[in-house]
Amino acid sequence: MSTTAIDQTDAPAEAGAGHPSPEAAARTPSRRRRRTPLTWLRGGGLWNLAFLAPMLIVFGVFSWWPIARSVVMSFQKTNLISDPVWVGLDNFARVLADPNLGTAVVNTLYFAGLALVFGFPLPIIMAVLMSEVRRGKGLYSALAYLPVVVPPVVAVLLWKVFYNASPDGVFNTILGWVGIPPQPWLQSPATAMPSLVIEATWAAAGGSIIIYLAALIAVPPELYDAAEVDGAGIWRKIWHVTLPQLRGILFIMLILQVIGTAQVFLEPYLFTGGGPNNATLTVLLLIYRYAFQNSLGGAYGEATALSLMLAVFLGLLSWLYFKLTDRWSTN
Amino acid sequence: MTAPAPSSAQPSVALRQKLAGLGRRRRDAADGGADRGILSGHDRRKRGVRVSMAGVHVVLFVGLVVAGLGPLLWLAKAAVTPTQDTLSHPFELWPNGIDWANLETAWNDIHIDQYFLNTIWVAAGSWFFQLLIATTAGYALSVLRPKYAPILNGLVLATLFVPAVVLLVPLYLTVLHPPVIDTSLLNTYWAVWLPAAANAFNILLVKRFFDGLPREVFEAARTDGAGPFRVFWSIVLPMSKPILGVVSVFAVIAAWKDFLWPLLVLPDPAVQPLSVRLPAVQSQTELDVFLAALAISTLIPIVLFLVFQRLFLSGAGLGGAVKG
Repeated sequence: MSTTAIDQTDAPAEAGAGHPSPEAAARTPSRRRRRTPLTWLRGGGLWNLAFLAPMLIVFGVFSWWPIARSVVMSFQKTNLISDPVWVGLDNFARVLADPNLGTAVVNTLYFAGLALVFGFPLPIIMAVLMSEVRRGKGLYSALAYLPVVVPPVVAVLLWKVFYNASPDGVFNTILGWVGIPPQPWLQSPATAMPSLVIEATWAAAGGSIIIYLAALIAVPPELYDAAEVDGAGIWRKIWHVTLPQLRGILFIMLILQVIGTAQVFLEPYLFTGGGPNNATLTVLLLIYRYAFQNSLGGAYGEATALSLMLAVFLGLLSWLYFKLTDRWSTN
Repeated sequence: MTAPAPSSAQPSVALRQKLAGLGRRRRDAADGGADRGILSGHDRRKRGVRVSMAGVHVVLFVGLVVAGLGPLLWLAKAAVTPTQDTLSHPFELWPNGIDWANLETAWNDIHIDQYFLNTIWVAAGSWFFQLLIATTAGYALSVLRPKYAPILNGLVLATLFVPAVVLLVPLYLTVLHPPVIDTSLLNTYWAVWLPAAANAFNILLVKRFFDGLPREVFEAARTDGAGPFRVFWSIVLPMSKPILGVVSVFAVIAAWKDFLWPLLVLPDPAVQPLSVRLPAVQSQTELDVFLAALAISTLIPIVLFLVFQRLFLSGAGLGGAVKG
């Protein structure tokens, strides 16, 4: 911290000096802590900048500036033709008054909830089982990871064929083997969302399994030895050693999954386009519609306002979540 | 590799002794020797456990083959099956013969070849720029470390906490009207490459790896008169092949998978990658040809995965380690 203080006191003097004069360079040995542009140059300042320049340009233009701009845009009316106009909270008011917003929020919560129920425990169970087998671990990991390698668009389009609602559809044929009548899958508002979640779980589980496997390897074997000394059986070892040791990664994966599923777009967009009857309209799909599927030209203000609300909600949720889990961890 | 040391995991040994041997044990485990999981050797000798483990094997094998391999095998089959057979008998193996022509039709008539090239172009550029940004920034922030490095580091990390949805619209407008240059990037690959390169996760990974490299080597090189660029190019990069491999895999896979962003910034079909083109051609394509197109599009990622399996899986695990 002390060096920063020195920098600050030096800054005005430097700014006043303007160009580096020879005298200034000659004076530097006597005032060793003084930094002039010339000493900066000699210390490799240009090299630092040269190495940082690509990152500064790319992050500046394509990350920091758009993030700042999203805040500004949410208070503006932008139509790309005339200059943006400040409209205060109008965008937010219009988004909140949109009857589709409620549907989208409920659907997104439904998707996230179902994805948690289907998709969160499954990879944990699979990883624990896979970590205990002696042979075939490599084969199992590869098989589990295969769906992750399939491009998501291909996966969705392929599953769309699987979800063919005719009795001869792929899944309906399988259901027929065990005597279950054909399901409408994507065609009915009741089954559309669960169908989306099943595909999303299939597509994502492999990645989580590999992450849990890596975490399971890091559990110190001494803990299991010690638990056995205390007479713990297999289930108690899982409950009192494995899961507590995985706690950190489980907490992280849970919140990451929630953040991810709250922004689900690909599945509803490609499977159903938000239908049938808006049953799979999610928040991100609504944002997309505002900005890019608007016959009256892009409602960019509304789209950024809704994006920002979603982001702030997710930020608050994560903050609250980490507060809570922090307390549990220390107890 | 040294010979695996025998595990001394007997329940009767006191805890204290085990903790004393912790360091040694870890090393053994790293050598592939005395690793153990939830089950001890003692557990594994129990009859009930052995039967259950056999059951676990069966469940894992059948479950993973059906869920992991099944859809792909079905796709491979359906790619060379006439539409009618796929629709009416999805699980019968070629009741009316194999239709190899599907693949050819998909390749030539839907121009899968061209979209394939576009996809490779998208992936190659994203890979190059992601590596360029991640290594130069990682080097500056970790090795050169100017005084303002912590501030920049914080600014980069902060973007990790901004959900992607926030960027969608403003980034699109930035691509339409980029600063300084007066031309829209729409329908150019720059619009995909450069936003992909603004990836804080890569910088985090690479910087952490560079942080772990021995400083003495850099110092020695500097005393021998090597400048910052030479240290970067001839010392840091060659020492960092593992992490560069991981970032490369992440970059190529992400580019291959991306859909929404290329859909927005590449509206011209002539430059669109497969992921954007496939849904667009679906409605005008017969099912068998379409499935053939899906199969062809899946082939390259699958082959890449099978060839670089270790890199993929260690990369995925590493991603988790960094998140944790």
